[in-house]
Formats: sequence, structure tokens, C-alpha cells
Amino acid sequence: MKEKVVEIKQMFNEEIKSIDNIKDLNELRVKYLGKKGEIQKLSPLIKDLSNDEKKDFGKSLNETKKEVSKKIEDLLEKLESKELEKRLLDEKIDTSLPSTKLPLGFVHPLTKVRREIEEIFVSMGYDVVEGPEVEFDLYNFEKLNLPKNHPARDAQDTFYVNDEVLLRTQTSPVQVRTMEKSEGEIRIISPGKTYRRDDDDPTHSHQFMQIEGLVIGKNISLAHLKGTLEEFAKKIFGKDVKVRFRPSYFPFTEPSIEVDISCFKCKGKGCSFCSNTGFIEILGSGMVHPNVLKMSGYDPEVYKGFAFGLGIERVAMLKYGISDIRDFYTNDLRFLNQFNRKGGLEDEA
Amino acid sequence: MKLSRNFLNDYIDLSDIDVYELADKMLNVGNEYESIKRLASSKNLVVGEVLECKKHEQSDKLSICTVDVKDEVLTIICGAPNVRKGLKVVVAKEGAVLPGDFKIKKTKILGVESNGMICSLLELGIDKSLLKQSDIDGIHELEDSAAAGEDPNEYLHFDDYIIDFDLTADRGDLMSIIGMAYEVSAIYGRKVNMPDISFNEINDKVSDKFSLKVETNKCMAYLAKLVSDVEIKDSPQFIKSRLIASGIRPINNVVDISNYVMLETGQPLHFFDADKLNSKILITMGDDFKSITTLDDVVRDVDSNDVLVTDSKTPIALAGVMGSLDTEVSNNTKNILIEAAQFNKTNVRLTSKKVLRSEASSRFEKGIDPNITLFALKRACHLLEKYASGKVNKGILIHDELEKDDKVIKVTLSDIQETLGMNITSKEVVAVFERLNFKVKNKGHFEVHVPRRRLDIEIKEDLIEEVGRIHGYDNLEGKLPVFEVKRGSYTKTGKLIRDAQDVLSNLGLVEAVNYTLARDLNEFSYYHDKITIANPMSEDKKVCRQNLVASLFENYKYNFSRGVKNVNIFEVSDVYYKNNGYDSKVLVAGLISGTYLSNEVQQISLKADFYLTKGIVENFLNSLGLADRYEFIDEELPNNYHPHRSTSIYVNKIHIGYLGQVHPLLSKEEVFVFEIDLSKLMELKVRGIKCRDISKYPTINKDVAFVVDNSIKASKIEKHIRKVANKYLKSLSVFDIYNFDDGTKSVAFNMVFGDKNQTLSDEFANDLLNKIIDEVEKNIDAKLRDK
Repeated sequence: MKEKVVEIKQMFNEEIKSIDNIKDLNELRVKYLGKKGEIQKLSPLIKDLSNDEKKDFGKSLNETKKEVSKKIEDLLEKLESKELEKRLLDEKIDTSLPSTKLPLGFVHPLTKVRREIEEIFVSMGYDVVEGPEVEFDLYNFEKLNLPKNHPARDAQDTFYVNDEVLLRTQTSPVQVRTMEKSEGEIRIISPGKTYRRDDDDPTHSHQFMQIEGLVIGKNISLAHLKGTLEEFAKKIFGKDVKVRFRPSYFPFTEPSIEVDISCFKCKGKGCSFCSNTGFIEILGSGMVHPNVLKMSGYDPEVYKGFAFGLGIERVAMLKYGISDIRDFYTNDLRFLNQFNRKGGLEDEA
Repeated sequence: MKLSRNFLNDYIDLSDIDVYELADKMLNVGNEYESIKRLASSKNLVVGEVLECKKHEQSDKLSICTVDVKDEVLTIICGAPNVRKGLKVVVAKEGAVLPGDFKIKKTKILGVESNGMICSLLELGIDKSLLKQSDIDGIHELEDSAAAGEDPNEYLHFDDYIIDFDLTADRGDLMSIIGMAYEVSAIYGRKVNMPDISFNEINDKVSDKFSLKVETNKCMAYLAKLVSDVEIKDSPQFIKSRLIASGIRPINNVVDISNYVMLETGQPLHFFDADKLNSKILITMGDDFKSITTLDDVVRDVDSNDVLVTDSKTPIALAGVMGSLDTEVSNNTKNILIEAAQFNKTNVRLTSKKVLRSEASSRFEKGIDPNITLFALKRACHLLEKYASGKVNKGILIHDELEKDDKVIKVTLSDIQETLGMNITSKEVVAVFERLNFKVKNKGHFEVHVPRRRLDIEIKEDLIEEVGRIHGYDNLEGKLPVFEVKRGSYTKTGKLIRDAQDVLSNLGLVEAVNYTLARDLNEFSYYHDKITIANPMSEDKKVCRQNLVASLFENYKYNFSRGVKNVNIFEVSDVYYKNNGYDSKVLVAGLISGTYLSNEVQQISLKADFYLTKGIVENFLNSLGLADRYEFIDEELPNNYHPHRSTSIYVNKIHIGYLGQVHPLLSKEEVFVFEIDLSKLMELKVRGIKCRDISKYPTINKDVAFVVDNSIKASKIEKHIRKVANKYLKSLSVFDIYNFDDGTKSVAFNMVFGDKNQTLSDEFANDLLNKIIDEVEKNIDAKLRDK
């Protein structure tokens, strides 16, 4: 009887060698371990055996069953993993094929720069205020110490709607509007569109954006203006940037200051970008003229203030190396698409 | 203002100072310059004398010249018509480089060797507009005093640098060499030397021939002297060169002297031919006179803002701007009446605006030192006597109401320190005022005496600026003002604009920024009364736009014609219009065209259409917190929209905008747009986010389809479904539309039922479904599709 068991075992061992798929393996399982399987078939024979033999046979039959079962399980595992591998391989795709891109929208470069500047000043405690673009001559000029027929009006050729109404040539009228509504200290910036009757060319645009800054307090000095602009310049152009003050003239400030920053390309050594001067002109500013304070209800003997006006296009052109101001207003998507980045990662030095 | 370094050097000694250093120091005290140029930059030039000159055998035009240049005698071929024996000329020798990188080499011209070139002033680099025709057409004829071998640039006073200043509007005083000298004197602390104003007088008196009456206070000073028997000829070379360096074309000695004195002093002069005048000089406003023929031979209307110089019968000059043709100095003029006057700035400005902006008028507009008027008159007499053999008549016609004493302005040391934020000492402040040639009394509480030439200084802040700019801002240490610590704020409008920009860019649209000024007539509507520019630059920038869609459509066409076919853009902007005065609102608009999403390999393609655009609009409104508050109503739309593929957008029953396809007559391609009035949304309030628990109980899905007439909108059926299912309806969507041939369609809905407190039974759901069917069939001409 024992021989039968050995025979079956040998037969099984022989047969399993040629099995290479799960289906055949399952058939093999049925053949040997099924209810009518080869091993099961032997168990009725047990009743003809002596007690001693019974025990012996039973044991070897059980061991064989276990052995067969284990071999089948082992192979099953192997075959399963092989089949999975094959299935996955069949599912292989070419990852180099083009992706399906949802359109990526983004804000205009002028909005990008405007927001950056706004955030710098808001974090320093400035409120953002806005004023109308269709403005009165009174606010755009007269209350800024530029009476009718003042020669300095020549520098700002103006679009008039009628004798008293115009498209604002600067964001400075917001200074007047804010002072008229306020008492005491003021810290504001005012961004917006402005207009001058200039022919459009690479460096001139009949429409452009400015950000006005105004600070009024009891002990405000030019040193505060410099400190504030240094802080601003570092945040927008990099921490090594230095600020230079040059005396200038604006009717609404006294003293008036033209502000240059050290060239951030060459670190002030002089390069083609800064026309070898080491400096780049960035904005006009000064201490608010006592006449302007007076006309807006502030006593110049008590309050002083500084103001500045910054061109947003100018900053964007410097920052991104844009050579033609008209590019901002053409809305050529090939141009705009270059500004589809957020600012989370720092730029390379 | 073009500043000739040599000219300046006549009034302040700067011979040891580099011109670039000078320019930079001027920049540091607030005088910006555009360029520094040499008047004539060529080297290896020499004065030559033409010893012989004969015609070239093979050419009518060329001459073969033998030219003595002291060290050698050169054979030079010259094509100028005026070359001749005995002439002193400018020779560019071999190796010379003329402007335009023109290198002079030995060459053979028609068989004859030429060893250089005889030059015209044009060839030396002098601007054409500053030369006489003879100096453009032919070689320059040097005067006899030029010696062969000499440097012609030096002889011609062309060894000069020109700094072209871009002066600020307040510094009229710097529109003169003397003013510049004072400014430079404040920088270097050197003395200003005033020019010679001495002359002899003959016994004839100006008052024998002329009288003066000033009838208007717009003429604050009128001074005149008579100079007889002038000899009109060329100016001496230094005068011509300095005029050229200053950008003024030399004419003759008399005209040149008037310009020369204006450049020196900043006081424009006018020379009348005295023999062409009636005896009574009358200064008056333009009221009584109709017109004047100015020296450019143009008849100009006179108005009541014009100050006129007349001889009582006819106007002889538009004061400060231009003289009359009849009384102009000509080559036959013998006797000159010199006018040195001051007129009201604003009147000169108004007159010059309508006639001509000139060197003279721009000086009058900015104001002139009251103390220089008489000085300039005398200086002109001096020069006319010296360079035009003029005889100066005794006496002067004079009307002078100008304040001439120094202005006294008080400023304290602490005023200066507090405004500048600088620890400057009293001694340093005094040093600045002294360098500026201002007298100072009461040190500490300064009483500063400011000469009248500094018209720009009127108040103490002006003095503080002087201290700042001359002392220099280099050492000013920046510090932040001390304020209550707070974070700044944005306006409500600003925040909403920011949200709109962010939401739309997240939905895949790119922001555009367009011009406010637009064409008056275009295909897109203006909704309000227009604001029109009175002085537009062009027809296409004449009116304030009221419609962002028009701008975006232009952007679309621009991109499309350049091969960019998929254009998804938006803009947020104020628009301006008339409404009991001037009003504005904030609009947001978008444009979607071409393919929104595609992958050809994967056969994915989502084209721009009405429903995508509607989805963008809905997502936009949802993200502002307006979900369930908007509806789309078909009604008559502006005619730039497709009448049957567009709709109006309402929020809370308020019309806020439009959405739809651009009318096919405007665009062959299908282009979709929307426009929303953000100002109207600004007035709405939305509920804050309140989080609710997600229901733990399962939901039941039911589908239902109705057959209705094609004209019935899906939204109409939806309304009834919502009414019945009410709180049990968790979601509702159309998932299929089928159009039958008989003009009806099937609309299939998917509904999700649920309850937050229990699991709904199937019975309950079926019951609900039946109620819905009843309601729809009862109220709309609809049939359940399965029936």
C-alpha cells in the first residue's frame, strides 16, 4: 500500500513540473486533492489494513496530502505573481506621449507687479485707496500746486474732456482726495491707470499705471522717505539694492527728489543695462509741498509728509527685461504666456 | 539747454575741471543731462593755405590743389565749387577720422593722387540746421588770420564740449550762462565773472526820436536804447561758434548779438529797425488791433490775451514771442532800437502756444531775473559798438515796475534738520548759503537774502531744498517712520477685483489689460452717455470705453491672425461714462474660443461653446458665494450677441450681465463672451460659510424622462421637480436630450433623493417620483417618456 502512495507522489512530482498556468494547476489540484482525486481514492483502502499498517498508511497519506498541497500553493503563488506581472506589462503605456493639460490661466504682468508692490506696503501698514481716472483739473493740477498755465504742466500733456475735466495724468490727485477726507496721520498707497497725451513708442504709452504713496505725520522727514523706499527697493529688486536721492523738481513736493536704485544687474559697477551709470531711475518723490497740505486742510506748521509716484510698467520692465512698453497693452498671448508662473520659488541669483 | 563748456568758462574759471565730472556734479545737485558731446571731434586736422588750384583735366568739377600745411605741401583733389588760390582751409590729413567713422586715406582720383581732404563745416560734424547754405555746399573759408599748420578746431572755437541739460521747469535761471555760472559756483565755490557792459555814447538821444508809453500791467518792464550806424556783416568766429554750440544758427553780427546776449543773461532782446518805426512806442493789450504779420510772413490774429508792442499805429511785435515782418532787422538796417523787456509769464505762454515756442518765449514763460534786464541791454550796446561799429545814443526809454531787492526768507536750523532728517550743523548750513551767493543774517534763526535771479525760491521749504541739494543727500541715512503697528487694508472693490482675477485665472483664462480710450463707433454697444476726449490724438482713441468685450474681441482677432487659435482671456477694469456728471463701474469680461482642452492622441477635445462659457460664469458666481442666486433669462440682447445662443445673467432678479456667442456677422469663428457688472455684485451680501454634517444615510438614484415640445426649456421642468421633491432632493441634473422628428424632445433627469435623519425606503422614493410625474404632466404639456 505504501508503494501506491509513493507512486502517486512520484506521479504528482512529475506532472507538476510541466504546469505553467493557474488553470492547469487547478486541474492538477482537483486531480490529486479533489474529492475523487488520486489521494482521496486511496483512503477507502485503509479499511483492509491491520491496525499498525492503518496508522502508518494514514500518516503517510496525510503527509503526502500536505506535501502536494504545499507544492501546489507555492506554485500558485509563483504563477499568480507571474500573471500579474504579465497583466501589468500588457497595460504598459508610453509615458512620453503628450499630456492632457487643463488650460493654465494667470494674471497680467502689470497685475502681478501691482500686487507685489501693494503687498509690500500693506505689510508696512499702508491702506490701499483708489481714485477716479476721469478727474477734475482741480484735483489733478490746481490743488497739487499746479495752477492753470503753470509751465510744469507742459511735462504732462493732458487728455481733456472739457476745461475742468480730464483723464488724470498721475495718481497724485488721490493724495488730495485722501487728505480732504482725513484728519491726522495718513499712510496710503493708491495704484491705478493714468493717461498722458504721448504718442505710443517703446518707452512711452498714452496709458500707464502708477502707484502713489502718501505718508502724513507730525515728524515725517526726508530720511523717512529714504528708509521707506530702501525697504521697498530691497523687497522688490533684491536685498543688495541701494537707494540714491537726487534733487529734482515737482510742483507738489518741496524738497523734490528723483530716486535711483543701484543697478541690480551689475551691482552698481556699471553695465549696458544701466547705461554704465551703475544706477537706474525708478521714481519721483519728495516732501509734500506746504501749499498742497494747506489746500487740503492740513497745517504745514504741524504736519509734514512725504509722497512718491512709481510707474508700474517701469518696475515690470526692469524686473522682467521688457524693452517695449506697448507689449503690456497688445495682449499677445505669446508675450503674456511668459508670465504664467507663481512666485513661490525664489529666482536664481 | 545746451551748455557750451567754453562759453561757461568765460564766466567762471573751470579750465582745470573735467567736463564729465562737472556734468556729474550738476546731476547731483538736481540738473539732469541727456548727453555730453564734443562739438567737433575729428583729430589730425590742420589749417592749410591753397597755394595753387587748377582744374582736373578729366573732370569739370574737381580741382587739383596744392596746399601748404606748414610742415609739408600736399596735393589734394577737391570737389567744392568755392575752392581757389589763396584760400585758408581746413585740411583733414591722411589718418584723420571724420564723424561717421570716415577715415581719410591716400587715394587716386581719376589718375591723380590725393593726400587728404579739404573740409566743409558739415564734414566736421556741425549740425546742418546750424549752418549757412554756403557752409553746406562748399568748403569752409577760414579768415586770413588763420595760420597754416594751426589746429582748425581751436581756431574755430570748436574745441568745445556741450552738455545737454534737461532742466526742471522751476529753474528758469539756468537758461542763461550766467545762471549756470552761479550754479557751478555753488558747487565749486569759485567766483562768477560778469561780462563787460561798458560803451561810449554819442550826443544824439533816444528820446529825440522815440517816446514810450506802457498801457498794460502785463508789461512789467520795458527798456529801450537806440544804436546808430551799425555795419551788418558776419559775426566774429567766437560768437558764431558759441551760438552753434548752443544750438542757434548764426545769421549776421547784429542778429547774433541779440541771441548771444540772451544766451549769456537769459534776457531775450528784440532789435527793431529804428527807421521803420513811428516815434511813439506803445505797449498795450491786443484789444484794439486785429492782426500782425510776423517776421515769418504769416498774418496772425491778435486776441485780448496777447501783449503787443506797437508804434501806436501798427503792432510791431507779439510781446516776447515774435516781431513783425516790416520792422525786422535786414541787411540794409542802419539804426537799431533795442528792446529789453519783461512781460507777464502767462500771457507770453498763451501767445507762444498759438504762435511759436521759441528760445525767447520759453525764457519769458519761466521768468527772468529783474536785475538782468538793464544789464542785458547794456551788454548788447557794448557788443554792437565792438562788433558792429554801432554808435550808442544817449539815454534810455524806461518803464520799470520790477521788484529788485533780495527776498528775505526766514528758516531755522531745526526746520532744516526736521524736514531733511539730517544732523546738519549751523556752520554747514551757512556754508551752503554762502556758496549760493545768498547773504545770511542771524545764524541759527537764519534770515536769508535771496537774490531775485532765483525766481524759484519763495518759501522756507525752498531754502531747505537748497541746503539739501547743495550739501548732498549721499550721507542721508534712511529710517522708517514710527507709527502704530498695523497691517494695511485693501478696499472692498480691490478685494473683489482680486477675487475675480484669481477665480477666472484658476478657470484657465489669461488676464488682458487694454486701453481705456477707444473708437467712437464700433460694433459693440455703449450702454451709457459717452465721455469724449476734447483733444484726442487719433480717431481710435477718442471715447472712454464702456465695454470690455469689444477690447477682448480685438485681442482675439490680433492673436488669431498671428496663429494663436485658442484664446481664453478676461479683463477686469473700471469703465467711465456720463450720468449726472461722471460715473464709473467695474466690469469683468471674458472671451473663450477655439479648443479649451485637448489631447489628440487620447482623442479628447473640448471646444469652446456656450455651455463651457456658461460653466465658467456659474463657477465664477459660485466661487463668489452666489450659488443658487443666479438665473439665466433669454431676452433681447445687445446686437453684438448671437440672438439665439446668448442669455442675460441675473442675480437676485437684478440684471448683472450677458453671456453668449459673438454675433456671426462679427466673427466667422465661434467666439463666446461674457460680461458682468462687478459693481452690482459689490452691493450684495453673502452668507458666511457654515459647515453642515454630511448625511450618514444612503441616497437613492432615480431617473425620469419627459417628452415635451422643443420650445420648452429644461429649466421649466426642473422647477417643478424641485417644488415637489423639495428637501429630499440632493441633486438634480439633465443627463440626456433626444430630439424626435415631430418637433418634440425627450429630456432625461437624474435625481438623487435622501434624508439627513433616516434611510429613505424605496417605496417612499417611488412615491416621490410619481408625485413628480403628476406635477410635471399637470403643469406642463409633458408626457412621461416610458408611457
